[in-house]
Amino acid sequence: MTPLLEVRGIDKSFGPVQVLHDVAFSANAGEVTALVGDNGAGKSTLVKCIGGIYPIDSGEILFDGKPVHVHGPRDAAALGIEIVYQDLALCDNLDIVQNMFLGRERRRGIMLDEAAMEEQAQETLTGLSVRTVKSIRQQVSSLSGGQRQTVAIAKAVLWNSKVVILDEPTAALGVAQTAQVLELVRRLADKGLAVVLISHNMNDVFAVSDRIAALYLGRMAAQVRTADVTHAQVVELITSGRSGDLGITQ
Amino acid sequence: MNKVKELPGDAIAAAKTSPSIGLSVRAYAERVRGGDMGALPAVLGLIVLCTVFAVARPAFLTAINFANLFTQGAAITVIAMGLVFVLLVGEIDLSAGFASGVCAAVLAVTLTSLGLPWYVCVLAAIVTGVVIGVTLGGLVAKVGIPSFVVTLAAFLAFQGLVLVLVREGTNISIRDDVIVAIATRNLPPWLGWALFAVCVAVYAGIQLLRARKRTTRGLVADPMSLIAARVGALVVIGGLAVYVLNLERSRNPLLTSLTGVPIVVPIILALLVLWTFVLHRTAFGRHIYAVGGNPEAARRAGIPVDRIKVAAFVICSSMAAVGGIIAASRASSVDPNTGGSSVLLYAVGAAVIGGTSLFGGKGRVLDAILGGAVVAVIENGMGLMGYGASVKYLVTGSVLLLAAGVDAIARKRASAAGLR
Repeated sequence: MTPLLEVRGIDKSFGPVQVLHDVAFSANAGEVTALVGDNGAGKSTLVKCIGGIYPIDSGEILFDGKPVHVHGPRDAAALGIEIVYQDLALCDNLDIVQNMFLGRERRRGIMLDEAAMEEQAQETLTGLSVRTVKSIRQQVSSLSGGQRQTVAIAKAVLWNSKVVILDEPTAALGVAQTAQVLELVRRLADKGLAVVLISHNMNDVFAVSDRIAALYLGRMAAQVRTADVTHAQVVELITSGRSGDLGITQ
Repeated sequence: MNKVKELPGDAIAAAKTSPSIGLSVRAYAERVRGGDMGALPAVLGLIVLCTVFAVARPAFLTAINFANLFTQGAAITVIAMGLVFVLLVGEIDLSAGFASGVCAAVLAVTLTSLGLPWYVCVLAAIVTGVVIGVTLGGLVAKVGIPSFVVTLAAFLAFQGLVLVLVREGTNISIRDDVIVAIATRNLPPWLGWALFAVCVAVYAGIQLLRARKRTTRGLVADPMSLIAARVGALVVIGGLAVYVLNLERSRNPLLTSLTGVPIVVPIILALLVLWTFVLHRTAFGRHIYAVGGNPEAARRAGIPVDRIKVAAFVICSSMAAVGGIIAASRASSVDPNTGGSSVLLYAVGAAVIGGTSLFGGKGRVLDAILGGAVVAVIENGMGLMGYGASVKYLVTGSVLLLAAGVDAIARKRASAAGLR
């Protein structure tokens, strides 16, 4: 099976500091790929390179097997790559529908087509089996952390995206809300999307992911099936870059 | 688009049925308790102030005084309507008062010295406002100077500009009939009633049409009882206002008759409709709220934050120009003090008292009118009570501080209630 998203040989430097060394990474449709690594391992940089926020120094990005050039966030969005950022890009003073369509409002003439937007937002939330919000005309300021994360993810799904990258979606959430969001992450993959989940939390990673990619100091230590590794092995990969015969060979 | 249909969400399906009026009221009460008070303080303040002044000075309730309130408050209200846009994107414009002065001076000079027809002069004044807005907005959004500093500098500079335009302090009197009519003449009584009827019909029509369209599409619509209550309120308040304004208010009816709705009222209503439409029914308005609510989120959503901010300043300054024209019309002249002294603070006060947040992202154009009414009532009532400028300034200053305090406390409560 060709991975939906694949990157090969990515190098990225910020001035004299090389952050990514020859990184290879892939994500398959219908799977959750966890991207793990310690602080400063290069997870966010890799994601921002894929999302077109940082230009890459060398290497190639393949989408659906074909090489593509991503020069900006709009290119990524056009391909169907959506990134849900950790610091939730939602406006508190707008309601759920308004947030989901922000920047891409549906209009009829110069007027906003509120009814169509509301219908479509409702359809998307229903399709994701989101039952936790009372009304989709609620202001985002009145939502809980988990509900906000849900809206942010649903916003990414609304645009027919094929790859959804989630940057630490459960970092600020409680136990029940984390479970809610992880369930949603799983459902996204079951719908056939390629989901990339950046997480620090091993429990989350093992709960939802199909494959795990571990970064160590800017190098890809290993990309393995979740079923083939143990908790301890992943922790070793994160902290030392190798575990038994897995990992970076010196 | 994702047309996936499975597992209909129970909660969402349940919410589809129209909420009863009781539910709407309860939701509103909940919002108020959570700190989102909207226009409530302004409305309550207006009721309290009117009661106090009416008891203390019966003259406050006369038809002539009621009409005065509109012409007194018009210029400040219009400037405040423009300020709402700048406040919504989280900036401030301290120069709006003198910007209105500059535009009024441009009007006066083109009208008298150059002798151009009135519409050309009005256009020149508004274009001046647009140029001012582009300059201020560009300095704030593109160069990145804090709006407080840019507009404070402009506040000083425009004072000088007005002096230059009116040649170091002469008073230019305006004799053009059309310009003078704006703030001093009235509509014939029948036209007032006709206008009232059209407003009610259009408002009711829009509400009913929207509710019907939403119901047929299976979306949550406002219940009929709520729509009836809204239209009813408009009929009672509007009808009462037109009735009182159509009463004879001349001191000597045999010599001159003075009746009808002041011409500024339909002008303000038209501006209210225009800007409310822009804010709530267009993508541009949505983006203004987004930029004020979370500029970073707006940027990531692909909204040109800089351009939206410049546009907000352009709207503010061109509305200041309209305010300046109204002020010039009321005084029938322009002097170095037009748009000066307390005009700006009253306008900012009007916007904030009406419920527009100084922190950005929250406010409506209607707020400016409610707040403008509060400011006009204070000014007018204090004058009737025989208090001098000192007391007026003190009271208005306190009210502005109170409104800003309510805004800040509401924000705090909202964050405590998990609403922000």
